[in-house]
Amino acid sequence: MANNYYDPADLRKFGNITQWSEELGNKFFDYYGKVFEEGALTAREKSLIALAVSHTEQCPYCIDAYTKDALQRGVTKEQMMEAVHVGAAIKSGATLVHGTMMMNKVNKLEM
Amino acid sequence: MTKLKQQSLHKRENQLANPNRQLEILNGGIFENGELPTFAKIITQTNQFPLRPKKLEILQINVGYMCNQVCEHCHVDAGPDRKEIMTWETMQKCLEIIKNTGAHTLDLTGGAPEMNPNFRRFVEKASQAGVKDFIVRSNLTIIRANKKYHDLPQFFKKYNVHVVSSMPHWTRGKTDKQRGEGVFDMSITALQQLNAVGYGMPGSTLKLDLVYNPNGAYLPGDQASMEKEFKSALKADFNIKFHNLFAITNLPISRFLDYLIASENYEDYMYQLVEAYNPKAVKNVMCSNTISISWDGYLYDCDFNQMLGLKVASKVTHINQYNESILNNRDIVISQHCYGCTAGAGSSCQGEVTT
Ligand code: SF4
Ligand code: SF4
Repeated sequence: MANNYYDPADLRKFGNITQWSEELGNKFFDYYGKVFEEGALTAREKSLIALAVSHTEQCPYCIDAYTKDALQRGVTKEQMMEAVHVGAAIKSGATLVHGTMMMNKVNKLEM
Repeated sequence: MTKLKQQSLHKRENQLANPNRQLEILNGGIFENGELPTFAKIITQTNQFPLRPKKLEILQINVGYMCNQVCEHCHVDAGPDRKEIMTWETMQKCLEIIKNTGAHTLDLTGGAPEMNPNFRRFVEKASQAGVKDFIVRSNLTIIRANKKYHDLPQFFKKYNVHVVSSMPHWTRGKTDKQRGEGVFDMSITALQQLNAVGYGMPGSTLKLDLVYNPNGAYLPGDQASMEKEFKSALKADFNIKFHNLFAITNLPISRFLDYLIASENYEDYMYQLVEAYNPKAVKNVMCSNTISISWDGYLYDCDFNQMLGLKVASKVTHINQYNESILNNRDIVISQHCYGCTAGAGSSCQGEVTT
Protein backbone atom coordinates (compact mmCIF):
# COMPACT_ATOMS: atom_id res chain seq x y z
CA MET A 1 0.00 0.00 0.00
CA ALA A 2 1.13 3.50 -0.79
CA ASN A 3 1.47 5.81 2.18
CA ASN A 4 -0.81 8.43 0.70
CA TYR A 5 -4.52 8.17 -0.16
CA TYR A 6 -4.36 9.71 -3.61
CA ASP A 7 -1.82 8.61 -6.23
CA PRO A 8 -1.98 10.14 -9.75
CA ALA A 9 -1.03 6.73 -11.18
CA ASP A 10 -4.27 5.27 -9.75
CA LEU A 11 -6.26 7.23 -12.32
CA ARG A 12 -4.83 4.91 -14.98
CA LYS A 13 -6.21 1.99 -13.01
CA PHE A 14 -9.78 3.27 -13.12
CA GLY A 15 -10.68 0.77 -15.82
CA ASN A 16 -9.62 -2.07 -13.51
CA ILE A 17 -12.70 -1.63 -11.33
CA THR A 18 -14.50 -3.94 -13.77
CA GLN A 19 -12.26 -6.78 -12.52
CA TRP A 20 -14.20 -7.31 -9.30
CA SER A 21 -17.62 -6.74 -10.73
CA GLU A 22 -17.53 -7.04 -14.45
CA GLU A 23 -21.18 -6.51 -15.23
CA LEU A 24 -21.67 -3.42 -13.09
CA GLY A 25 -18.29 -2.01 -14.10
CA ASN A 26 -19.03 -2.39 -17.79
CA LYS A 27 -22.50 -0.93 -17.36
CA PHE A 28 -20.99 2.08 -15.65
CA PHE A 29 -18.38 2.65 -18.37
CA ASP A 30 -20.96 2.23 -21.15
CA TYR A 31 -23.16 4.78 -19.43
CA TYR A 32 -20.24 7.12 -18.78
CA GLY A 33 -19.08 6.97 -22.38
CA LYS A 34 -22.57 7.59 -23.69
CA VAL A 35 -23.11 10.60 -21.42
CA PHE A 36 -20.07 12.36 -22.85
CA GLU A 37 -20.94 11.78 -26.49
CA GLU A 38 -21.96 14.69 -28.68
CA GLY A 39 -25.71 15.19 -28.16
CA ALA A 40 -28.00 18.15 -27.55
CA LEU A 41 -24.88 19.54 -25.84
CA THR A 42 -21.53 19.45 -27.60
CA ALA A 43 -18.78 17.25 -26.17
CA ARG A 44 -16.94 20.50 -25.39
CA GLU A 45 -19.83 21.89 -23.33
CA LYS A 46 -20.08 18.61 -21.45
CA SER A 47 -16.37 18.70 -20.76
CA LEU A 48 -16.70 22.16 -19.17
CA ILE A 49 -19.62 21.05 -17.01
CA ALA A 50 -17.55 18.04 -15.93
CA LEU A 51 -14.66 20.35 -15.07
CA ALA A 52 -16.87 22.55 -12.88
CA VAL A 53 -18.42 19.54 -11.13
CA SER A 54 -14.97 17.98 -10.63
CA HIS A 55 -14.14 21.03 -8.54
CA THR A 56 -17.30 21.09 -6.51
CA GLU A 57 -16.80 17.35 -5.88
CA GLN A 58 -13.15 18.13 -5.17
CA CYS A 59 -12.07 14.95 -6.89
CA PRO A 60 -8.36 15.16 -7.77
CA TYR A 61 -8.69 12.44 -10.41
CA CYS A 62 -11.54 14.24 -12.16
CA ILE A 63 -9.76 17.61 -12.00
CA ASP A 64 -6.67 16.00 -13.53
CA ALA A 65 -8.68 14.28 -16.27
CA TYR A 66 -11.02 17.11 -17.21
CA THR A 67 -8.35 19.80 -17.19
CA LYS A 68 -6.48 17.75 -19.76
CA ASP A 69 -9.71 17.02 -21.63
CA ALA A 70 -10.58 20.72 -21.81
CA LEU A 71 -7.10 21.58 -23.14
CA GLN A 72 -7.44 18.88 -25.77
CA ARG A 73 -10.69 20.43 -26.89
CA GLY A 74 -9.05 23.82 -27.30
CA VAL A 75 -10.78 25.38 -24.28
CA THR A 76 -8.88 28.44 -23.05
CA LYS A 77 -7.77 28.87 -19.45
CA GLU A 78 -10.10 31.87 -19.10
CA GLN A 79 -13.05 29.67 -20.06
CA MET A 80 -11.89 26.95 -17.69
CA MET A 81 -11.61 29.37 -14.78
CA GLU A 82 -15.07 30.78 -15.49
CA ALA A 83 -16.47 27.25 -15.36
CA VAL A 84 -14.78 26.69 -11.97
CA HIS A 85 -16.31 29.96 -10.72
CA VAL A 86 -19.74 28.75 -11.77
CA GLY A 87 -19.18 25.67 -9.63
CA ALA A 88 -17.82 27.76 -6.77
CA ALA A 89 -20.74 30.20 -6.97
CA ILE A 90 -23.29 27.40 -6.78
CA LYS A 91 -21.38 25.77 -3.95
CA SER A 92 -21.18 28.98 -1.90
CA GLY A 93 -24.70 29.99 -2.87
CA ALA A 94 -25.92 26.62 -1.71
CA THR A 95 -24.21 27.20 1.63
CA LEU A 96 -25.50 30.70 1.98
CA VAL A 97 -29.08 29.97 0.98
CA HIS A 98 -29.24 27.68 4.01
CA GLY A 99 -28.87 30.86 6.01
CA THR A 100 -32.57 31.32 5.48
CA MET A 101 -33.13 28.15 7.51
CA MET A 102 -31.06 29.61 10.30
CA MET A 103 -32.97 32.85 10.11
CA ASN A 104 -36.31 31.02 10.20
CA LYS A 105 -35.18 29.08 13.23
CA VAL A 106 -33.90 32.14 15.02
CA ASN A 107 -37.10 34.03 14.25
CA LYS A 108 -39.13 31.15 15.56
CA LEU A 109 -37.15 30.69 18.76
CA GLU A 110 -36.59 34.30 19.72
CA MET A 111 -39.23 36.34 21.40
CA MET B 1 5.29 26.41 -17.93
CA THR B 2 8.64 27.16 -19.50
CA LYS B 3 10.08 30.36 -20.91
CA LEU B 4 10.33 30.69 -24.67
CA LYS B 5 13.75 29.75 -25.97
CA GLN B 6 15.48 31.87 -28.56
CA GLN B 7 17.96 29.32 -29.84
CA SER B 8 17.86 25.80 -31.22
CA LEU B 9 19.00 22.84 -29.13
CA HIS B 10 21.95 22.61 -31.50
CA LYS B 11 23.06 26.14 -30.79
CA ARG B 12 22.61 25.63 -27.06
CA GLU B 13 24.62 22.41 -27.32
CA ASN B 14 21.79 20.66 -25.52
CA GLN B 15 22.35 16.89 -25.26
CA LEU B 16 19.06 16.31 -27.11
CA ALA B 17 20.54 17.89 -30.24
CA ASN B 18 22.09 14.45 -30.60
CA PRO B 19 19.57 12.01 -32.16
CA ASN B 20 21.26 9.05 -30.48
CA ARG B 21 20.58 10.55 -27.08
CA GLN B 22 16.91 10.98 -28.05
CA LEU B 23 16.71 7.35 -29.17
CA GLU B 24 18.32 6.22 -25.93
CA ILE B 25 15.54 7.97 -24.02
CA LEU B 26 12.81 6.60 -26.30
CA ASN B 27 14.14 3.05 -26.01
CA GLY B 28 14.99 3.18 -22.32
CA GLY B 29 13.10 3.82 -19.08
CA ILE B 30 9.46 2.74 -19.05
CA PHE B 31 9.88 0.89 -22.36
CA GLU B 32 13.04 -0.92 -21.35
CA ASN B 33 11.66 -2.08 -17.99
CA GLY B 34 8.47 -3.37 -19.63
CA GLU B 35 6.12 -0.92 -17.93
CA LEU B 36 4.86 0.03 -21.40
CA PRO B 37 5.05 -2.11 -24.56
CA THR B 38 7.43 -0.98 -27.28
CA PHE B 39 5.88 0.11 -30.58
CA ALA B 40 7.27 -3.03 -32.26
CA LYS B 41 5.59 -5.19 -29.64
CA ILE B 42 2.21 -3.51 -29.85
CA ILE B 43 1.99 -3.64 -33.66
CA THR B 44 3.03 -7.29 -33.56
CA GLN B 45 -0.19 -8.01 -31.65
CA THR B 46 -2.17 -7.19 -34.79
CA ASN B 47 0.38 -8.75 -37.18
CA GLN B 48 1.51 -5.37 -38.46
CA PHE B 49 5.20 -5.89 -37.75
CA PRO B 50 7.37 -5.16 -39.67
CA LEU B 51 5.74 -1.99 -40.92
CA ARG B 52 5.90 -1.94 -44.72
CA PRO B 53 5.19 0.88 -47.19
CA LYS B 54 2.24 0.71 -49.55
CA LYS B 55 2.21 2.66 -52.79
CA LEU B 56 4.33 5.83 -52.79
CA GLU B 57 2.07 8.88 -52.98
CA ILE B 58 3.92 11.74 -51.33
CA LEU B 59 7.45 13.02 -51.79
CA GLN B 60 8.30 15.25 -48.87
CA ILE B 61 11.40 17.35 -49.33
CA ASN B 62 12.97 19.21 -46.44
CA VAL B 63 14.87 22.10 -48.05
CA GLY B 64 16.59 23.20 -44.84
CA TYR B 65 16.33 23.59 -41.09
CA MET B 66 16.64 27.37 -41.05
CA CYS B 67 13.53 29.15 -39.77
CA ASN B 68 12.54 32.65 -38.69
CA GLN B 69 10.86 31.16 -35.60
CA VAL B 70 12.08 28.97 -32.73
CA CYS B 71 8.84 27.26 -31.69
CA GLU B 72 9.08 25.36 -28.44
CA HIS B 73 7.55 22.18 -29.79
CA CYS B 74 9.50 22.06 -33.08
CA HIS B 75 10.44 18.50 -34.07
CA VAL B 76 13.03 19.84 -36.53
CA ASP B 77 14.89 21.93 -33.94
CA ALA B 78 14.66 24.66 -36.55
CA GLY B 79 15.67 28.28 -36.04
CA PRO B 80 17.59 31.21 -37.47
CA ASP B 81 20.82 29.63 -36.23
CA ARG B 82 20.47 26.39 -38.24
CA LYS B 83 22.71 26.39 -41.30
CA GLU B 84 21.62 23.12 -42.95
CA ILE B 85 20.23 24.29 -46.29
CA MET B 86 19.64 22.32 -49.49
CA THR B 87 21.96 23.42 -52.28
CA TRP B 88 20.82 24.15 -55.83
CA GLU B 89 22.76 21.11 -56.97
CA THR B 90 20.75 18.83 -54.66
CA MET B 91 17.56 20.59 -55.70
CA GLN B 92 18.33 19.78 -59.33
CA LYS B 93 18.67 16.10 -58.46
CA CYS B 94 15.33 16.34 -56.61
CA LEU B 95 13.78 17.87 -59.73
CA GLU B 96 14.82 14.81 -61.75
CA ILE B 97 13.15 12.61 -59.14
CA ILE B 98 10.00 14.75 -59.15
CA LYS B 99 9.76 14.41 -62.93
CA ASN B 100 9.91 10.63 -62.79
CA THR B 101 8.16 9.81 -59.54
CA GLY B 102 4.99 7.76 -59.22
CA ALA B 103 3.94 10.03 -56.34
CA HIS B 104 1.06 12.44 -56.97
CA THR B 105 1.95 14.91 -54.20
CA LEU B 106 5.03 17.01 -53.63
CA ASP B 107 5.36 18.44 -50.14
CA LEU B 108 8.03 21.07 -49.39
CA THR B 109 8.91 21.64 -45.78
CA GLY B 110 11.66 22.98 -43.49
CA GLY B 111 12.35 25.02 -41.28
CA ALA B 112 10.83 27.82 -43.27
CA PRO B 113 11.30 26.52 -46.83
CA GLU B 114 11.02 30.08 -48.16
CA MET B 115 14.34 30.93 -46.48
CA ASN B 116 16.26 28.67 -48.82
CA PRO B 117 17.86 31.13 -51.28
CA ASN B 118 16.85 28.92 -54.23
CA PHE B 119 13.29 28.33 -53.01
CA ARG B 120 11.53 30.33 -55.73
CA ARG B 121 13.62 28.88 -58.53
CA PHE B 122 12.88 25.40 -57.19
CA VAL B 123 9.11 25.99 -56.89
CA GLU B 124 8.99 27.35 -60.43
CA LYS B 125 10.75 24.30 -61.90
CA ALA B 126 8.96 21.78 -59.71
CA SER B 127 5.56 23.19 -60.64
CA GLN B 128 6.29 22.26 -64.28
CA ALA B 129 6.95 18.61 -63.41
CA GLY B 130 3.28 17.65 -63.44
CA VAL B 131 2.59 16.61 -59.84
CA LYS B 132 -1.10 16.82 -58.99
CA ASP B 133 -0.83 18.42 -55.58
CA PHE B 134 2.08 20.74 -54.78
CA ILE B 135 2.21 21.63 -51.10
CA VAL B 136 4.38 24.22 -49.39
CA ARG B 137 4.38 24.20 -45.60
CA SER B 138 4.56 27.87 -44.70
CA ASN B 139 4.64 29.09 -41.13
CA LEU B 140 2.72 32.30 -42.09
CA THR B 141 4.92 34.72 -40.14
CA ILE B 142 7.62 34.37 -42.81
CA ILE B 143 5.30 36.29 -45.14
CA ARG B 144 5.50 39.24 -42.71
CA ALA B 145 9.08 38.68 -41.49
CA ASN B 146 10.83 40.70 -44.14
CA LYS B 147 9.84 42.84 -47.10
CA LYS B 148 11.33 40.36 -49.53
CA TYR B 149 8.70 37.81 -48.46
CA HIS B 150 5.64 40.10 -48.55
CA ASP B 151 4.70 38.97 -52.07
CA LEU B 152 4.72 35.25 -51.24
CA PRO B 153 0.90 34.97 -51.50
CA GLN B 154 1.06 36.20 -55.12
CA PHE B 155 4.04 33.95 -55.79
CA PHE B 156 2.21 30.89 -54.40
CA LYS B 157 -0.81 31.77 -56.49
CA LYS B 158 1.23 32.05 -59.66
CA TYR B 159 2.40 28.44 -59.32
CA ASN B 160 -0.88 27.15 -57.90
CA VAL B 161 0.85 26.03 -54.72
CA HIS B 162 -1.28 24.40 -52.02
CA VAL B 163 -0.45 26.30 -48.85
CA VAL B 164 -0.48 24.42 -45.54
CA SER B 165 0.16 26.65 -42.56
CA SER B 166 0.55 26.21 -38.85
CA MET B 167 -1.85 28.03 -36.55
CA PRO B 168 -1.67 26.83 -32.96
CA HIS B 169 -4.89 28.43 -31.74
CA TRP B 170 -7.55 30.95 -32.60
CA THR B 171 -6.55 33.09 -29.61
CA ARG B 172 -3.51 35.32 -29.29
CA GLY B 173 -2.41 34.06 -25.86
CA LYS B 174 -2.16 30.39 -26.76
CA THR B 175 -0.50 31.08 -30.10
CA ASP B 176 2.18 33.40 -28.78
CA LYS B 177 2.96 31.06 -25.90
CA GLN B 178 3.81 28.23 -28.25
CA ARG B 179 5.43 30.18 -31.06
CA GLY B 180 6.68 33.47 -29.65
CA GLU B 181 5.55 37.03 -29.00
CA GLY B 182 3.74 38.66 -31.90
CA VAL B 183 3.28 35.43 -33.89
CA PHE B 184 -0.50 35.57 -33.66
CA ASP B 185 -0.87 39.07 -35.10
CA MET B 186 1.60 38.35 -37.88
CA SER B 187 -0.14 35.09 -38.74
CA ILE B 188 -3.52 36.84 -38.89
CA THR B 189 -2.18 39.47 -41.29
CA ALA B 190 -0.57 36.77 -43.43
CA LEU B 191 -3.84 34.80 -43.58
CA GLN B 192 -5.72 37.94 -44.59
CA GLN B 193 -3.16 38.49 -47.35
CA LEU B 194 -3.61 34.92 -48.57
CA ASN B 195 -7.40 35.35 -48.51
CA ALA B 196 -7.04 38.60 -50.44
CA VAL B 197 -5.43 36.83 -53.41
CA GLY B 198 -8.08 34.11 -53.31
CA TYR B 199 -6.55 31.45 -51.02
CA GLY B 200 -8.91 29.55 -48.75
CA MET B 201 -12.11 30.89 -50.26
CA PRO B 202 -15.02 28.45 -50.44
CA GLY B 203 -14.82 26.63 -53.77
CA SER B 204 -11.43 28.19 -54.62
CA THR B 205 -8.81 25.92 -56.21
CA LEU B 206 -6.19 27.91 -54.30
CA LYS B 207 -6.03 25.57 -51.31
CA LEU B 208 -5.26 26.92 -47.86
CA ASP B 209 -5.22 24.42 -45.00
CA LEU B 210 -4.23 25.02 -41.40
CA VAL B 211 -2.32 22.77 -39.04
CA TYR B 212 -3.17 22.69 -35.37
CA ASN B 213 -1.00 21.00 -32.79
CA PRO B 214 -1.50 21.10 -29.03
CA ASN B 215 0.26 23.68 -26.97
CA GLY B 216 1.63 21.30 -24.37
CA ALA B 217 1.71 17.75 -23.05
CA TYR B 218 -1.71 16.64 -24.26
CA LEU B 219 -3.18 15.13 -27.40
CA PRO B 220 -5.17 17.01 -30.02
CA GLY B 221 -8.94 16.94 -29.75
CA ASP B 222 -11.28 15.72 -32.43
CA GLN B 223 -10.22 17.24 -35.77
CA ALA B 224 -13.72 18.01 -37.04
CA SER B 225 -14.83 19.89 -33.93
CA MET B 226 -11.52 21.77 -33.74
CA GLU B 227 -12.02 22.78 -37.36
CA LYS B 228 -15.47 24.12 -36.51
CA GLU B 229 -14.08 26.17 -33.62
CA PHE B 230 -11.22 27.56 -35.71
CA LYS B 231 -13.50 28.42 -38.60
CA SER B 232 -16.11 30.26 -36.62
CA ALA B 233 -13.60 32.14 -34.43
CA LEU B 234 -11.33 33.22 -37.29
CA LYS B 235 -14.32 34.24 -39.38
CA ALA B 236 -16.02 36.19 -36.58
CA ASP B 237 -12.92 37.94 -35.28
CA PHE B 238 -10.90 38.52 -38.45
CA ASN B 239 -13.07 37.51 -41.41
CA ILE B 240 -10.52 34.82 -42.28
CA LYS B 241 -11.43 31.76 -44.32
CA PHE B 242 -9.56 28.51 -44.90
CA HIS B 243 -10.32 25.03 -46.20
CA ASN B 244 -9.31 22.21 -43.85
CA LEU B 245 -7.79 21.97 -40.40
CA PHE B 246 -5.29 19.17 -39.76
CA ALA B 247 -4.95 18.22 -36.10
CA ILE B 248 -1.45 16.87 -35.54
CA THR B 249 -0.07 15.11 -32.48
CA ASN B 250 3.28 16.35 -31.18
CA LEU B 251 5.81 13.54 -31.43
CA PRO B 252 8.15 13.11 -28.47
CA ILE B 253 11.35 14.08 -30.24
CA SER B 254 13.70 17.04 -30.43
CA ARG B 255 12.48 20.26 -28.78
CA PHE B 256 9.15 18.75 -27.76
CA LEU B 257 11.00 15.91 -26.05
CA ASP B 258 13.19 18.48 -24.32
CA TYR B 259 10.06 20.30 -23.14
CA LEU B 260 8.44 17.05 -21.93
CA ILE B 261 11.49 16.12 -19.89
CA ALA B 262 12.08 19.62 -18.50
CA SER B 263 8.44 19.97 -17.44
CA GLU B 264 8.38 16.43 -15.98
CA ASN B 265 5.66 15.38 -18.38
CA TYR B 266 7.59 12.79 -20.38
CA GLU B 267 6.31 9.59 -18.75
CA ASP B 268 2.77 10.86 -18.50
CA TYR B 269 2.79 11.85 -22.17
CA MET B 270 4.09 8.44 -23.25
CA TYR B 271 1.32 6.83 -21.18
CA GLN B 272 -1.23 9.04 -22.94
CA LEU B 273 0.13 8.03 -26.34
CA VAL B 274 0.18 4.32 -25.51
CA GLU B 275 -3.30 4.42 -23.94
CA ALA B 276 -4.64 6.17 -27.03
CA TYR B 277 -2.95 3.64 -29.36
CA ASN B 278 -5.33 2.79 -32.18
CA PRO B 279 -4.37 -0.32 -34.17
CA LYS B 280 -6.58 0.86 -37.04
CA ALA B 281 -4.38 3.95 -37.52
CA VAL B 282 -1.29 1.80 -38.17
CA LYS B 283 -2.06 0.93 -41.77
CA ASN B 284 -2.35 4.59 -42.77
CA VAL B 285 0.62 6.10 -40.95
CA MET B 286 2.47 8.65 -43.00
CA CYS B 287 5.47 6.44 -43.79
CA SER B 288 3.13 4.01 -45.55
CA ASN B 289 2.91 6.34 -48.56
CA THR B 290 5.67 8.92 -48.09
CA ILE B 291 9.40 9.26 -48.67
CA SER B 292 11.20 12.07 -46.91
CA ILE B 293 14.30 13.67 -48.43
CA SER B 294 16.65 15.71 -46.28
CA TRP B 295 18.54 18.91 -47.20
CA ASP B 296 21.62 16.82 -47.98
CA GLY B 297 19.77 14.29 -50.13
CA TYR B 298 19.38 11.36 -47.74
CA LEU B 299 16.19 9.32 -47.69
CA TYR B 300 13.99 8.63 -44.67
CA ASP B 301 10.64 7.00 -43.91
CA CYS B 302 9.33 10.33 -42.61
CA ASP B 303 10.42 13.78 -41.44
CA PHE B 304 10.52 12.51 -37.83
CA ASN B 305 12.92 9.68 -38.66
CA GLN B 306 14.97 12.26 -40.56
CA MET B 307 15.37 14.29 -37.37
CA LEU B 308 16.30 11.13 -35.46
CA GLY B 309 18.95 10.29 -38.07
CA LEU B 310 17.16 7.01 -38.94
CA LYS B 311 17.79 6.54 -42.66
CA VAL B 312 15.66 4.14 -44.71
CA ALA B 313 16.54 0.48 -44.24
CA SER B 314 17.28 -0.04 -47.93
CA LYS B 315 20.20 -0.47 -50.31
CA VAL B 316 19.20 2.97 -51.58
CA THR B 317 19.71 5.62 -48.92
CA HIS B 318 20.54 8.72 -50.99
CA ILE B 319 18.98 10.51 -53.96
CA ASN B 320 22.14 9.75 -55.95
CA GLN B 321 20.97 6.12 -56.15
CA TYR B 322 17.25 6.91 -56.13
CA ASN B 323 15.09 3.99 -57.26
CA GLU B 324 11.45 3.81 -56.21
CA SER B 325 10.91 0.11 -56.72
CA ILE B 326 13.94 -0.83 -54.62
CA LEU B 327 12.94 1.74 -52.01
CA ASN B 328 9.39 0.53 -51.77
CA ASN B 329 10.62 -2.92 -50.85
CA ARG B 330 11.79 -2.02 -47.36
CA ASP B 331 10.86 -2.36 -43.71
CA ILE B 332 10.09 0.94 -42.01
CA VAL B 333 12.38 1.95 -39.17
CA ILE B 334 10.37 2.45 -35.99
CA SER B 335 10.81 3.44 -32.37
CA GLN B 336 8.59 4.66 -29.57
CA HIS B 337 8.05 8.09 -31.19
CA CYS B 338 5.82 6.24 -33.69
CA TYR B 339 3.12 6.08 -30.99
CA GLY B 340 2.54 9.75 -31.89
CA CYS B 341 1.23 8.65 -35.31
CA THR B 342 -1.21 6.06 -33.97
CA ALA B 343 -2.84 7.83 -31.01
CA GLY B 344 -6.61 8.32 -31.23
CA ALA B 345 -7.61 8.99 -34.81
CA GLY B 346 -3.93 8.84 -35.81
CA SER B 347 -1.77 11.71 -36.99
CA SER B 348 0.19 12.59 -40.09
CA CYS B 349 1.18 15.73 -41.98
CA GLN B 350 -2.33 15.47 -43.45
CA GLY B 351 -3.93 15.31 -40.00
CA GLU B 352 -6.02 12.35 -38.83
CA VAL B 353 -5.50 9.06 -40.66
CA THR B 354 -8.71 7.21 -39.77
CA THR B 355 -12.26 8.20 -40.57
S1 SF4 C 1 7.75 27.48 -37.71
FE1 SF4 C 1 7.79 25.28 -37.97
S2 SF4 C 1 9.88 24.80 -38.57
FE2 SF4 C 1 9.89 26.88 -37.75
S3 SF4 C 1 10.47 26.60 -35.58
FE3 SF4 C 1 8.22 26.65 -35.72
S4 SF4 C 1 7.62 24.47 -35.88
FE4 SF4 C 1 9.81 24.61 -36.36
S1 SF4 D 1 7.09 8.33 -36.85
FE1 SF4 D 1 7.53 8.02 -39.02
S2 SF4 D 1 8.14 5.89 -39.10
FE2 SF4 D 1 7.06 6.13 -37.20
S3 SF4 D 1 4.93 5.60 -37.69
FE3 SF4 D 1 5.16 7.82 -37.86
S4 SF4 D 1 5.55 8.15 -40.01
FE4 SF4 D 1 5.98 6.00 -39.60
